[in-house]
Amino acid sequence: MNQSLRPVANPLPGAGLWWETRASLAFVERNLYLVRRYWHLELAFLIFNVASAMSVLYIGEAQMQYGGTSSQEGQLDLVLYLGIGTVVWAYLRAVFANVGEMVAWERWEGTIEYTMMAPISRLAHMLGVSLFSIIYGLARSALLLGVLSLFFNVDLSHANLGGAALILLVGSVSFLGFGIMAAVLPLLFPERGEEMTFVISSILLLVSGVYYPISVLPDWMEPLATISPATYVLEGMRAALLEGTPTLALGPSILPILILGALTLPIGIAVFNWGERYAKRTGRLKRSG
Amino acid sequence: MVLTLEQPTEVTQPEPRIAMSRVIEPAAVVEHVCKVFIQRPLIRRGRTKEVHAVNDVSFSVGRNEIFGILGANGSGKSTLIRMLSTLLIPDSGRVEVFGYDVRRDEAEVKRLINRVSVEASFFKKLSPGENLAYALRLYGRSGPAVRDETYAVLERLGIARDKVSEPLEQLSRGMQQKVAIARALLTSPVLLLLDEPTTGLDPRSKLDVQKFVRELREGHDATILLCTHDMAEAAALCDRVAILDKGSLVALDSVDGLRQRYGEEMDTAEPTLEDIFIHLTGRSLEDDDEGGNE
Repeated sequence: MNQSLRPVANPLPGAGLWWETRASLAFVERNLYLVRRYWHLELAFLIFNVASAMSVLYIGEAQMQYGGTSSQEGQLDLVLYLGIGTVVWAYLRAVFANVGEMVAWERWEGTIEYTMMAPISRLAHMLGVSLFSIIYGLARSALLLGVLSLFFNVDLSHANLGGAALILLVGSVSFLGFGIMAAVLPLLFPERGEEMTFVISSILLLVSGVYYPISVLPDWMEPLATISPATYVLEGMRAALLEGTPTLALGPSILPILILGALTLPIGIAVFNWGERYAKRTGRLKRSG
Repeated sequence: MVLTLEQPTEVTQPEPRIAMSRVIEPAAVVEHVCKVFIQRPLIRRGRTKEVHAVNDVSFSVGRNEIFGILGANGSGKSTLIRMLSTLLIPDSGRVEVFGYDVRRDEAEVKRLINRVSVEASFFKKLSPGENLAYALRLYGRSGPAVRDETYAVLERLGIARDKVSEPLEQLSRGMQQKVAIARALLTSPVLLLLDEPTTGLDPRSKLDVQKFVRELREGHDATILLCTHDMAEAAALCDRVAILDKGSLVALDSVDGLRQRYGEEMDTAEPTLEDIFIHLTGRSLEDDDEGGNE
């Protein structure tokens, strides 16, 4: 190759797995900066989460004192049952929201075109956003759990913590797939996509048995629970933490999460790529809406 | 004075797809490009509106050239820039950057370009330092040396150290635009796309930005494509100028060439670019192209 024909004085980033992985950390670093700058909003949301969670857990306490149907042990289970639902949902919601809003947020800030123009693959982009969402979700849930444990008697002495961690890890992957699929909505519908993402997470909350067993849902609603990874994450977490179910026996919860993850993640990425091309064909990347 | 930027250590350049015999490789080629936006009403039965943003436009930009695109709002300038930036897919025609097709070779094109748009495109709550750290990481650049270089470039652009950690929303628009220029400089693009970079800036900031554009070309062998509706800026900076009107190319030449060509027609010895623009389009640059989509 004739060197004189090459662009001169143009340091160009190289491609490759290692380069892409390093570049994906840009999203982790940027979002940590944003959390620090928007600390007052983070604090407000944390207080809201803690207050909501405590309200739900006090419903369990009230049932213990005034329900008059359960033994002391059974009533403690209800508080723990609700506590697990609250903390796990806080984590899954944080993961879903961070990934699901990756386009909406940048569109609002006016940076979407710059990010889409950067020499980084969309897969690395998603990897960076996903990594941050997991770190953020874990930190928020740990804080929530810490505060709740100050107010409620949480006995995890018989819990299978390793199994619970495994369920959460596998469940995160499934939720990332859903989040990536939801993230495409603001690309397709600049003015309404963000609201749609919010509706999806609300429906997942309703059908996944966060605060109650899915058996109490109307018959027509129960099939929706079977396609929500949160259903299996919550079942598995409760089995591991409330009953101390050994990891190998958690298979009935882990298997559907794995299957859903294996489906939702590649489908999510494919849908996002399709959505990006559609947005580039129709001019919807432009800052508007 | 010429800006000096360190070269990052990790450098893998896409190989330009060019024949050995072609000595002068165009930096950008736009050939018979069309882009139509279809606006569909929410209710299906409503009338669909088609906006022909770019209509059979062809030109090529030589290496190291400062190429201006002049046009009123909605004339298709930004649409062209977006197609060169891989942010819009052309409906038909060919758009290439250093021999790479923007549709087929999107990843390679992205490594060769950067863009400064009329909106500064930053996270407004983040500081210039944080915004640049994010942008540079996306371009594979991080570490203490890059941080020092960032400070040096910002200082060179007149942004003092104490401003580097302030939220960007607290800086003036001129300062924000300089940070955008710094961001582009630090990624050392081979083709820099400037989409009205001085719109809304005070005269001093405007001159600063123009000076940096010249320096970038001279010091970094960069090719610059400048979209503007500032005639004086185009005349001062551009080697050649294309005039767009309602998505179509109506003239393309050097400023002197345009003066020569249209001076006689207009019966004026020294027509300004603005005179030529009005002569060719029948209106001033301040007019908006109705139904345009930029």
